[in-house]
Amino acid sequence: MRDSTFKSAFSDRTAKTFMGVLLGATLVVTLLNQFFPPDSSLHVSAYTVTLLGKYLCYALLALSLDLVWGYCGILSLGHGAFFALGGYAMGMYLMRQIGDRGVYGNPELPDFMVFLNWSELPWYWQGFDQFWFAALMILLVPGLLAFVFGWLAFRSRVTGVYLSIITQALTYALMLAFFRNELGFGGNNGLTDFKELLGFSLQSDSTRVGLLIATALSLAMAFVLCRWITGSKLGRVVMAVRDAESRARFVGYRTEHYKLWIFTVSAILAGIAGALYVPQVGIINPGEFSPLNSIELVVWVAVGGRATLYGAVIGAILVNYGKTVFTGVMPEAWLFALGGLFVAVTVFLPQGLVGLVSQRWAALRKQFPPKNTNNDTLTPAEGEAP
Amino acid sequence: MSALDNLRDTFRRDQVFDFMRQGTRAVAPGQLDSGSGKNILYLEDITVSFDGFKALNDLTLYIQTGELRCIIGPNGAGKSTMMDVITGKTRPDSGTCFFGQTLDLTAMSETDIAMAGIGRKFQKPTVFPEHTAFENLELAMNGPRGPWHSLFTRLSGEQTSWIEDTLATVGLLEDRHKVAGLLSHGQKQWLEIGMVLMQKPQLLLVDEPIAGMTRQEVERTGELLKSLAGKHSVVVVEHDMEFIRSIASTVTVLHQGSVLAEGTMEQVQNDPKVIEVYLGE
Repeated sequence: MRDSTFKSAFSDRTAKTFMGVLLGATLVVTLLNQFFPPDSSLHVSAYTVTLLGKYLCYALLALSLDLVWGYCGILSLGHGAFFALGGYAMGMYLMRQIGDRGVYGNPELPDFMVFLNWSELPWYWQGFDQFWFAALMILLVPGLLAFVFGWLAFRSRVTGVYLSIITQALTYALMLAFFRNELGFGGNNGLTDFKELLGFSLQSDSTRVGLLIATALSLAMAFVLCRWITGSKLGRVVMAVRDAESRARFVGYRTEHYKLWIFTVSAILAGIAGALYVPQVGIINPGEFSPLNSIELVVWVAVGGRATLYGAVIGAILVNYGKTVFTGVMPEAWLFALGGLFVAVTVFLPQGLVGLVSQRWAALRKQFPPKNTNNDTLTPAEGEAP
Repeated sequence: MSALDNLRDTFRRDQVFDFMRQGTRAVAPGQLDSGSGKNILYLEDITVSFDGFKALNDLTLYIQTGELRCIIGPNGAGKSTMMDVITGKTRPDSGTCFFGQTLDLTAMSETDIAMAGIGRKFQKPTVFPEHTAFENLELAMNGPRGPWHSLFTRLSGEQTSWIEDTLATVGLLEDRHKVAGLLSHGQKQWLEIGMVLMQKPQLLLVDEPIAGMTRQEVERTGELLKSLAGKHSVVVVEHDMEFIRSIASTVTVLHQGSVLAEGTMEQVQNDPKVIEVYLGE
């Protein structure tokens, strides 16, 4: 079976293992939080639950970057922008949910608009009181921006470092724009003081656990989706574009269409990650657009290992766990540690941690070969339709 | 200006002298029509200059349907530039380049030209190094090229056997699951020829197919190219005179961007102009 379908991507071994570990861990955390009293040593605090949820959002973001960077060779240094846009779309919904419970008690306008003496809701805030509309915007806004941006960039054959620079400029420009109060997204302070999501209080433990489960499920679905994409012929074309773009063009593929396709899908995934992130951390501000965030994201993927999908997830979780520990112990050294990590990985582990493990594994197998070795090299697997 | 446009329209290649083409099938603009002429490729008065240097200078060349044509010429004679013009990589400063009767190659993109049926094997073998030989051919396979189609498509049994037949033709059936980057130089050349074949081209452009090959590989390549002529039109650019002698029916000698001589290998070899600039040195 060569070409994956969405269904077969579910049942392949990597996806099964991935989903098993992810959903299993989520289930354990849920049970430990819900069924053990706070004074029990087995109890997992709501703080930890939210922290894990945050890691999984980052993992989803890293997955989306791996899709464009690992598989298509597009090093986007602006993926944080799509994450933040998804986050803002969710934040707008959460703001509208506050209603008259805000400081100023205005049933229609969010606090910061009252503070700015605005008399009515701007047109682009209309509709965000409906969850379905917000959900649609979470997908549409990052997707549309990526589509327009990618269409312009890929059509003009902007590649390599130039593309990285303009993606970086994109996220920087958005950050400056969102800092402005006049834009109507809360300026410097962003959107915060959220009360509830779909009627569930964001402060309650069960909502936090629910958000963790939702994030884990989204990550699992996104992983299967990415396995499907990369296992299909589309995935092979995209990798061909990465390795030999002009050859792919001479073979007859419109490489800019493929890049645009994968870039847009990736941006949508990043937007979903942002939307799941905001209710868990309780705030979205223009800092999320900062170029530094997008660069950190690249480090996660590089540390985990490119073009494996699970490598990006592992990298995101490990580096962020490291960040949590490190910033607790000696916060001022974190950026140096991150920089050092990136240099070390680039120099010593071009394949990332996943590459290191599989290398060691291969070396071990060479040293201690399993009994039945000689029949798995020449198995013709293709063409046998199930 | 519009009068000129009208005049051009009247003299469109597929409409001129319509009465002479009775009984031939009508061709919609944008479709290849090679049936009504004996040539498949028309290069007329092509000039290409790079910073004043004329890489091609009023080049006029016709390729017949189904023939195997060898193009030779000293370095800088314009062989590769000619290939670039045909495949749309380089736009000529002046001149016309028609594929069949109707397709103006100077107005088409590289992708459109490839889809219209011109396949090119590059001088330096360029395959997709991280894909297996099988996957390389699969990617090159003729068919719809859109991203959505690629996402949902699955290989049919027919397509699989077509790919395997082509692998057998280029002698790579054994190595079909090997990553292309690990193939030997000669194997990469063949794989690339296989990829061009999978595009079902009418016209094959083959740039220096035997560079870096062993004696046996050269022989096999010669056989392969000869077997392809007839079904396809094949244009081979090569330096190796012995190889050309072994495969060529018609030879064209390029010199300083235009055609110096054309004919059988014998004729060309005995042409005093050719001896002077190329063979006699």
